[in-house]
Amino acid sequence: MSSKAERNALDVDRTGEQRQVRMPALIDLIARHRVLAAIVFLMVLPWATPYEALAINILIFGLYAIGFNLIFGYAGMLSFGHAAFFGLGAYGCGIPIAKFGFPWFVALPLGVAVAGLAAAIIGWLAIRARGIYFAMVTLALSQIVYYVVFQWVSLTGGEDGLRGVAVNSIDIFGLRLNMLDPMTKYYAILVIVAVALWLFSRILNSPFGGVLEAIRENEKRAAACGYDIKGTRWLAFLLSGLFSGLAGALYAMHLSVVPIETLHYFNSAIVVMMALLGGMGTFFGPFLGALVYLLLEDIITVITVHWQLFVGALFVFLILFFPRGIWGSLLHWMKQ
Amino acid sequence: MTTYRFDKKSGRLTRRDFMGAGIGAAAAIAAGPVYLRHARAQDGPIKIGFPAPLSGPYSSEAQDQVRCAQIAVDLFNEAGGLDGRMAELLVRDSKLDPGEAATRTLELIESDGVHFLCGGLSASVQLSINQVASQRGVIYNSISQSDSINEASDFTKYTFHEAMNPTMTAGSVGRYVFPNHGKRVAFLTADYAYGHEMVRGFKRAGEEFDIEVVAEVSHPLGQADFSTFFPRIQAAGPDVLICSNFGRDQLNTIKQANDFGIKQQMQIAYPVLLFTQRVAGGAQAFEGIIGGTNYYWRLEEDHESAKRLNDAYRERHDGGVPSDYGAYGYAGIYGLLEGAKQAGSTDADGVIAAMETMRYDAYKGEQNFRKCDHQAVQSVLVIQSKPEAEIEGEYDLFNVVHTDNGGEEMLRSCEELGHET
Amino acid sequence: MWFHSIGLLLRGVRVTFDLFLLQLFTGVALGAIYVLVALGLSLIFGLLTIVNFAHSQFFMLGAYVGAFIMGFVGNFWLALVGVPIVVGLIGMVCERFLIRPLYGRGIDYPLLLTFGLGLIILEIVRMLAGTAGIPFGTPPSLSGAVDLGVFFFPKYRLFLIGITAVILVGLWLFLERTSYGLIIRAGARDQEIVQILGIDVSKVWLVVFGVGIALAGLAGLLAAPIRGVFPEMGVPVLVEAFVVTVVGGMGSLFGAVVAGLLVGITVSFTSFYFPQMATLSMFLLMALVLIFRPRGLFGRAGLLD
Repeated sequence: MSSKAERNALDVDRTGEQRQVRMPALIDLIARHRVLAAIVFLMVLPWATPYEALAINILIFGLYAIGFNLIFGYAGMLSFGHAAFFGLGAYGCGIPIAKFGFPWFVALPLGVAVAGLAAAIIGWLAIRARGIYFAMVTLALSQIVYYVVFQWVSLTGGEDGLRGVAVNSIDIFGLRLNMLDPMTKYYAILVIVAVALWLFSRILNSPFGGVLEAIRENEKRAAACGYDIKGTRWLAFLLSGLFSGLAGALYAMHLSVVPIETLHYFNSAIVVMMALLGGMGTFFGPFLGALVYLLLEDIITVITVHWQLFVGALFVFLILFFPRGIWGSLLHWMKQ
Repeated sequence: MTTYRFDKKSGRLTRRDFMGAGIGAAAAIAAGPVYLRHARAQDGPIKIGFPAPLSGPYSSEAQDQVRCAQIAVDLFNEAGGLDGRMAELLVRDSKLDPGEAATRTLELIESDGVHFLCGGLSASVQLSINQVASQRGVIYNSISQSDSINEASDFTKYTFHEAMNPTMTAGSVGRYVFPNHGKRVAFLTADYAYGHEMVRGFKRAGEEFDIEVVAEVSHPLGQADFSTFFPRIQAAGPDVLICSNFGRDQLNTIKQANDFGIKQQMQIAYPVLLFTQRVAGGAQAFEGIIGGTNYYWRLEEDHESAKRLNDAYRERHDGGVPSDYGAYGYAGIYGLLEGAKQAGSTDADGVIAAMETMRYDAYKGEQNFRKCDHQAVQSVLVIQSKPEAEIEGEYDLFNVVHTDNGGEEMLRSCEELGHET
Repeated sequence: MWFHSIGLLLRGVRVTFDLFLLQLFTGVALGAIYVLVALGLSLIFGLLTIVNFAHSQFFMLGAYVGAFIMGFVGNFWLALVGVPIVVGLIGMVCERFLIRPLYGRGIDYPLLLTFGLGLIILEIVRMLAGTAGIPFGTPPSLSGAVDLGVFFFPKYRLFLIGITAVILVGLWLFLERTSYGLIIRAGARDQEIVQILGIDVSKVWLVVFGVGIALAGLAGLLAAPIRGVFPEMGVPVLVEAFVVTVVGGMGSLFGAVVAGLLVGITVSFTSFYFPQMATLSMFLLMALVLIFRPRGLFGRAGLLD
């Protein structure tokens, strides 16, 4: 596991001076001000994507991947059921808007809360299983969520999906933002994502973040030091679910529909891919993974209907030759 | 921006088109979104966005929709367009996913500035495109079966529905099957809106004939093995088994019903009998099965408009014939362009007004859009799969056993749908 | 919808003994496919600790290879022999060049690699054979239903139950009665000792992977007359097979057989009483088993903790 620790050095090591290797100045600067760096990058992102709706998807799935990475990369547990939290966040935010006419600023926290509640329950049930069984329990429980939402047609729209999550404008401090304008929508969502990123960074830097890594690196030692293993894992799962739920809630506002596919296990698999592609256990990795995945998929789709062939081949190639992911490999390469 | 242009022979992207599209894409990216976000132009080509599930399980149906939609555009352009303004089809892969479809619809509206949208091969994708399009005031002609899209909660003035809906389809099949094959009816239904809407349609039609429902079984969507449902249906002893499912589910129920000897015991009927699934399933498995359809190529024997579509298709695609869902692609585009022609512009309100009043013969006789829900009032064919021995030629799959000539009485009333009258 | 089913239950669908038996038999036939797929999955997992996410695509490949062989020679029985050989060989090539480099790198990487591999297989089949699916009839000698005294039962499903039993016995003989089987069993228990004894473990793993994949291919061929042959036919199978292996305990062959039948029968009876719950029942069963027995019914302790 020492290689994993090395991999994370840039992100978790807050005392950069002690590092023996010298980082290029720019990377070092990015590492120190990672939230700021991420925001600056995201500010210019829409100019680099083919169209704005895709850029907004990158924001949302980037946040989803970052939230997922808390349990996968930082706690070392492979969850195969995170679609449940993304999806419940989306439905939890979408249903109050579409069916009860709630304002968005009430619906958004509601969506996050619903996802959090589900994460608290599923996490409590799942953390007793380990390794591959953990993956399977999360998969099974998320499938149950899928079927409940699928059957509850009067509220969720069932297979047809939920329609009518129309947030056409947002009023903030007397300012009316036209959410039908793609650029305005992008920056409005970016503000929320930026706050989430800042929070996420704070969590990693907190004592809790340290305990989490200690448990991942050596569970027995951490237990001997008196840390509550199960409690920490559960909290990590819950927080991870909350971030995924926020991503889902934003997805509902972005597309104005909530497809049942948000709860499908393929949506759980995609986030694993994104985290791995970018580099699990690194701060920027998952976001970068989401960006590269969505961009590639978008471009390949235009070229061929057999886009899945390229996605699959990319996967195989990365795992065989760049198991650290893009950002992880970059960090590793810099250190040498 | 990155426009699909289909090679007319194979229906695939040609290399040159791709390179052109790639260079265009690069230029567009370089120019940035300011360039992309131009408003919908009132001159220049008429752009029609066409999201279709080009990849995934319904890709063969989708490819056929694209082929037929392109024919509609070609024929419009050959006839001189809209006072010289040519039409252009912008195809996007919806991947049969409502989220992807919504994203692509946003791209088509915001970046490509399309004037109209058409397409959709599943109710969920169609409703999702409808939501995004109508919020932004773009006319969408939907071409997949759904009852919801007619209802007041999903309908907006920008929503048009060229496809048949479950109420009319199931109604026509029911009115043919119940008097001819018996009144003890069992339902095997895919557990989602499509299935339940169809069953509702059958029961509605059944009232007239006093049918007795002896068994009602729902199965999960995408069920691979139906064997566990058959014992219960057999135990109920119905005259007619109505399977309200679609695509692969349809193919599998038919194959497995054969295994259980169901066909010998009762008549099997489907609301929609798909041309492509019949080809995939073979004559033996489908023999004697009854179902509804919007289009069968042999309509050309009675309708000039069908012959025009078939001839154009044969000429471009090696003598083949358009499938039922493919023909929807043609009719959907035809309706939009006819509306633009009659309005004399691409202005949304003008085109809506024209489409609401026009009577058009796209591919199977005269049709019109009902004013309150913009549902295309049209004929419904009831077809029966031919036994292998009677088949003459590659595309000779069905006998048309009945034609319902279409009228508003086949639809739910405007009040029922929640529209103000 | 649910209320309707409950109502039906309360009113009491007249469940005669023969109807009960028929539903049970149907469940066993359904379980037979689960057993075959899960066995291969479990075999590979138990020895190689590889969670094979491409398993379902090898299942689909089996059906396509079968259809291809049938197209050439028109004989179902020849396909029954040819499919496991061809698909098993393809599996072995994948093991040699893609999976072998990943041994000893935890479970995440092979899992994700096979996920990618599955997508590649799926797309290649789509490219070569089209997306529409191809017809695959029941072999004439096995079509129709047979009178079992109390009810009629499809001949092919009866054959399916029989051939699964034959394959199980064959596999059991291979593992218990051959020297190769001895090495495999020893390798499953303690790889280091086997290596110290001078046995080339990598060859054993190659064979085990091949056998597991061959089973998946065979299951695909056997399922083809029932489920039809199309590129996505494996997609639901993967989830079903995972449920079975997890319920049985990953790596336990006995568990895979028991759980396969258990899941088959559970699904069969829920589809009788609560049709809408048919798929969900599988996951409820899995969740229940895992909450009370976190390693499944017959899972070994210590594996992959």
